Amino acid sequence: MSVQPDVRAMGAITAATARPALPGETGMVEKPRARWLPFSPWHFVLMPIAIIMLVPLLWVVMTSLETLAQTQHFPPILWPGSFQWSNYPRAWSSVPFDTWFINTIIVTTTVVVSNLLFCSLAAYGFARIRFFGKSVAYFFLLATLMIPVQVVIIPTFLIVKQMHLIDTLGALIVPNLANVFGIFLLTQFFRTLPIELEEAARIDGASRLKVLFRIVLPLSLPALATLAVIQFLWTWNDFLWPLVTIYKESAFTLQLGLMSFQGSHVNDTNLLMAGNVMSMLPMLILFIAAQRYFVRGIATQGLKG
Amino acid sequence: MAAVAARPHRGAPGFARRALTSDHLAGWLFVLPAVFLVALFSIFPIIWGFILSLQKASLISPNRPFVGIDNYTHIASDPVARQAATNAVIYTCLFVPTSIIIALFLAIALNQKIRLIRFYRLAVFIPVAVSTIATGVMFMWVFDANFGLANWALGGVGLGPFGWFDSPSGAMPSLVIMTVWGWLGFDAIIYLAALQGVPHELVEAAAVDGASRWTIFRNVTLPLLGPATLLLVVWSTISAVQLFDEVFFITRGGPLGHTNVPVFYIYRLAFTSQYGFSAAGYAAALAYVLFVVILILTLVQFWMGNRVVHYSS
Repeated sequence: MSVQPDVRAMGAITAATARPALPGETGMVEKPRARWLPFSPWHFVLMPIAIIMLVPLLWVVMTSLETLAQTQHFPPILWPGSFQWSNYPRAWSSVPFDTWFINTIIVTTTVVVSNLLFCSLAAYGFARIRFFGKSVAYFFLLATLMIPVQVVIIPTFLIVKQMHLIDTLGALIVPNLANVFGIFLLTQFFRTLPIELEEAARIDGASRLKVLFRIVLPLSLPALATLAVIQFLWTWNDFLWPLVTIYKESAFTLQLGLMSFQGSHVNDTNLLMAGNVMSMLPMLILFIAAQRYFVRGIATQGLKG
Repeated sequence: MAAVAARPHRGAPGFARRALTSDHLAGWLFVLPAVFLVALFSIFPIIWGFILSLQKASLISPNRPFVGIDNYTHIASDPVARQAATNAVIYTCLFVPTSIIIALFLAIALNQKIRLIRFYRLAVFIPVAVSTIATGVMFMWVFDANFGLANWALGGVGLGPFGWFDSPSGAMPSLVIMTVWGWLGFDAIIYLAALQGVPHELVEAAAVDGASRWTIFRNVTLPLLGPATLLLVVWSTISAVQLFDEVFFITRGGPLGHTNVPVFYIYRLAFTSQYGFSAAGYAAALAYVLFVVILILTLVQFWMGNRVVHYSS
């Protein structure tokens, strides 16, 4: 692992004594490159790992562009000479993918928007207003983070059934309108905001709602984006709850649809993989575009434990 | 409240106005929608779940007679429950150390300031965005016994061919490999955040004192990663014990029950016709036992961890 430890330590000393660290420099120990290589030896570790992580995904994409005969070839064909782009429209039209996409978008958008609203309201109450029973309420909310889903899934099913929502998109939306992670995340964030602006606005006669929507929320866009993308990810990819509440194909989400598509196209590997790519693509694009917020959300999820 | 009422006031309208502008009412109005939803869909179900676990319940019929603790005593003599528990232990013992150790070294590598580092990070993080079902479709193909990439690659170095998900001894390790692939990004993100929180002064001071990189890692960095490790152990254990999606979608608990895990059993008891739709009460009891096991595991891990883990300031 350590190639030339003493040289590194010396490098650190020269780096530390030669000049003061500039702002923007991380202050990390300067690591002189191993001289026998034109690049960092870390590439020897990271390149194989990156390949292992990406190869399954890339092979799915390649398979989705092959003919059926090519998929049934051993050794596997890693690069089909000509791409069968028609696999995509064929997969798309062989099952109601459009309905499943629309269902998933409806459910996910509603859940994300309602979480942003309800969690903001609650977080503002918890972060900024002193009221009777606040700490008890907050404690009970946080305690529910400990509850595993399978303990509540049977009673929740019965509640949703009582509401006549089984087999409708409502079953996927209503129980998820507000979640405790979002309240926790936003409460923590609101507490870090300077209170002076809000106090000044209150003295000028602004209502609390106005303060929340005009001052607090505009300052909280990074936190809101973090909550939005994490909630989006959870809802888009959720499987167990849709599995137990949705039975008819016209109310399937993408995950249920992908499962049913797999069942009906076990041997059409190329179409199956085309469907798989289409189901993954929106989430992958969002992830690459908003990677910063996903990373922050996951790091916060870590903090909540 | 008594003090408010005792104060002299000018009749009801003034009182109403004061009540409406009081912090107590405002506070509750702000938190009420969310508190109501959480109470209805988390707190109420956890109580009802316990009541259900004392009943012979079905999801179809509203008739749910009480049977006392019969459901709980039945668990002890249920071979399928025991098999599910054993499988959960096997899976957890394979998954938790594998994923955390790989993630630790991966995060250290990803913390280097080298070229292409954004690409490497993206490559490791990206499975976070892939759903369990999409991952399942993908790995069933990669692990395909006849045409799969895995058997071809391993055959190249003289290993295999393996049956992967179809073989009784291979199904569980295959699930572990697949879920480690899916979770590595999550773990690495948390480790990376912890690594970036390691104070530079400490590392520099140790380097100035002539400590080797390995010594710095062993005696400075690693202890400071304690809280993150503890958290990941707890978190990964909780999610490992609750494994469901992959088992439901890929192995269906097979072959020969080798991947039958608790939540999959609970699901079949409550939501499928396999046990005549009448085992929801028993399923609720199993879920409750699992909940208590998870709680105890978490507390024990935190208790043991806090004796070893060093929290900085």
